[in-house]
Amino acid sequence: MGAMTLLGWAFDGLVGTGLVWLAWRALSSPSLYAAVVLFVAFGLLLTLAWVRLNAPDVALAEAAIGAGLTGALLLGALARLRGSGARKASGAHADRPGARISAWPLAATATLAVVCGLAATLIFREPTTVGLGAEVTRNLPVSGVSNPVTAVLLNFRGYDTLLETGVLLLALIGARSFGPAIDYAPEPAPAGPVLEALARFLVPLAILVSGYLLWVGAYAPGGAFQAGAVLAALGVVLVLSGQGRGRMTAPGLAVRFLFVLGPAAFVIMAAATLALQGRLLEYPPAHAGVLILVLEAAATLSIGAILLALFAGSSFGKDNGTGP
Amino acid sequence: MTPIDLLSLPLIALGAFFFFAGTVGLLRFPDVYTRLHALTKADNLGLGLIVMGLAVHAESWFVAGELFLIWTLVLVSGASVAHLVAHSALEKGIRPWER
Repeated sequence: MGAMTLLGWAFDGLVGTGLVWLAWRALSSPSLYAAVVLFVAFGLLLTLAWVRLNAPDVALAEAAIGAGLTGALLLGALARLRGSGARKASGAHADRPGARISAWPLAATATLAVVCGLAATLIFREPTTVGLGAEVTRNLPVSGVSNPVTAVLLNFRGYDTLLETGVLLLALIGARSFGPAIDYAPEPAPAGPVLEALARFLVPLAILVSGYLLWVGAYAPGGAFQAGAVLAALGVVLVLSGQGRGRMTAPGLAVRFLFVLGPAAFVIMAAATLALQGRLLEYPPAHAGVLILVLEAAATLSIGAILLALFAGSSFGKDNGTGP
Repeated sequence: MTPIDLLSLPLIALGAFFFFAGTVGLLRFPDVYTRLHALTKADNLGLGLIVMGLAVHAESWFVAGELFLIWTLVLVSGASVAHLVAHSALEKGIRPWER
């Protein structure tokens, strides 16, 4: 075994144990704020793990959505909990004697069952197939793109992505229907020159990076979800610097159009391919590349808008600071 | 070892040292302001050195440009975030540490 392999093993071991440790710390932390910070750290370490597993597409999505935007959402939710005093109520609930005692054996049994099941599968089941990798590689030329991940997401299993954009839209509708009908929270006060300057610096750059990720998705890691997450992250910075929050919490027609653009484009494309090609989302190979790009562009805008609207709806004004 | 390795290895090692120093500062310094100081300054420099060490390995100018863009982004966001954290700490009434 070479020194580099040994180093790789040591690094992977460190990442693996670090993940378990961070997960445990995040779950057992008595402070919710610390738990959120640990969760974000967990997401970043998980990104590294995906990179080590040669899955840069998943790593990008995990970093942008799993760690970044989910972290922002959790911090926003935390600020809201503090603002409404709901945290005290939930704390009292957890301290009730029955709640804790009955939950532990159930959770322990379930965890044990899952661990045993996974171990048994690993030990006793012979791997019967080697996955669909070869199939994907063989059909890559007709997919319209040369990045196998994009080929699977947008062509071979396009209906998965269709449903994913639908799930995002449903999540937004659900979140909005739980919130107040009219948002009375004041626009946060301008956050000072530094954040404003940062936002100004980031606007053109984030749009450029988002467009690049969208375009490069055809032949390298990237695509609609990553590009949309970058757009949403830009929106988060803008909202935090005191701009445009009302536009997302009380969206006008144009923003609502953005919300449904991606899912609608998918549904229209699915109907058109069903009518013309006879199969759901089976593009004519000659035009597959262009059609995928159009779909991804629409999905990027919708994903960005929906993720941002989820964040903007979760955060209160500056008075309910998110600090410890 | 190629000449490029001879150039990049010391750069990356020096960068790693700055990261190490910044982390020691984060763990050992007494309050939020001094910790921010240690973290942002040392890591900015450390990342710059590592980026330089990696850029001499890059197969094209485009990749090297991407690496420098990443460094610029970290510089800008690091400086801004350090300011925001320090500002919010001051507003909360956390007094800077005095010997």
